[in-house]
Amino acid sequence: MRHIATVLTLMSALIVVLQLAHSCQSTYDIKTMQYVTNGEKVYRAHCQNCHGSQGEGLGKLYPPLTDPDYLKDNRDLLPRIVRFGIKDSIKISNQYFSEVMPGIPDLTDVDIAYVLTYVTLRFGDAKEKYSLEEVKKSISLGKINK
Amino acid sequence: MTLRTNLGYGLLAILGFGLASCDQAKTTLPIYGHREPVERTVDGKTVIDTIYQTIPDFTFINQDSTTLTQAFFEDKIYVANFFFTHCPSICPTMQRNMLKVYEEYKGDDRIAFLSHSIDFKYDQPHILKAYATKLGVDNDQWQFVNGSKADIYGMSEKYLVYTAEDANAPGGYDHQGYLVLIDKDRRIRGAYDGTDDEQVSKLQADLKILLEEQNPSS
Repeated sequence: MRHIATVLTLMSALIVVLQLAHSCQSTYDIKTMQYVTNGEKVYRAHCQNCHGSQGEGLGKLYPPLTDPDYLKDNRDLLPRIVRFGIKDSIKISNQYFSEVMPGIPDLTDVDIAYVLTYVTLRFGDAKEKYSLEEVKKSISLGKINK
Repeated sequence: MTLRTNLGYGLLAILGFGLASCDQAKTTLPIYGHREPVERTVDGKTVIDTIYQTIPDFTFINQDSTTLTQAFFEDKIYVANFFFTHCPSICPTMQRNMLKVYEEYKGDDRIAFLSHSIDFKYDQPHILKAYATKLGVDNDQWQFVNGSKADIYGMSEKYLVYTAEDANAPGGYDHQGYLVLIDKDRRIRGAYDGTDDEQVSKLQADLKILLEEQNPSS
């Protein structure tokens, strides 16, 4: 009798664990969530001032970070923009932006992976985090405007 | 037990009374800055008046390369701040919030806005014009001005806002992000942290109170 009770308890515990694991999987894996959380901190400290708390930008001065197509098409370029800045005029959400963005040399490669994961998942429609390798590969190409 | 309950109700009543009286006092805004009493004679009687701190006369160059003086703000309430166009720290947030208030009152000639650039070297009128346009300011209700270092920095003191050239500060200039509310008599009626959403909401509420005070017919 006692054995049956124990088995039942164990089984229900197992079901709960499985359900939890499944619910996590249906959003993002734990590593991605960790990147998003850390990325939000980096974003608040280094990006929010100009680009806004919801990535909405400011007029034609600072572009919004909410154009999923721009984020997708320029995925390889974004780490270099964050590290080195950009002077080129860029088109985002059907609008040209021509102000200079200063680079943020203080951010390490992993910080850049964090913050771009946050931006592309929260403001864009990306499903996967930026990997450290991806960031390193992009950075190795150097400045955008030589 | 009863004693404690009674005490509790008593305290609540006092607290409630205190809050109520606060509410009533809130219908006018305080007047900030130094003040001095002056005696003068009216009909043979000596009366004491208070002289409040006011914003002195000024002459700056605005985003349209024309001269801007205090005359532009005559019979207006205005909100003033200090910024510079390539400021990497607090300015974008401060100007985003100022823009919110500007948009709320766009076309209302009882209210104006004045941004002083503390980067007297770089922020020439055409730079200010481009900045204003890109920010979304398309009428003269929000003025962007530049002047000599002495004039602009001297003026910031009159608004009780700290500004300084500082090589160690991000962008080369250090300053506070206050939005300062000035009444028709050029007195300071409020100062709100332009980077803090709650304070900006307070500015929006106080603007209504000041409009009511200074335009009672409206």
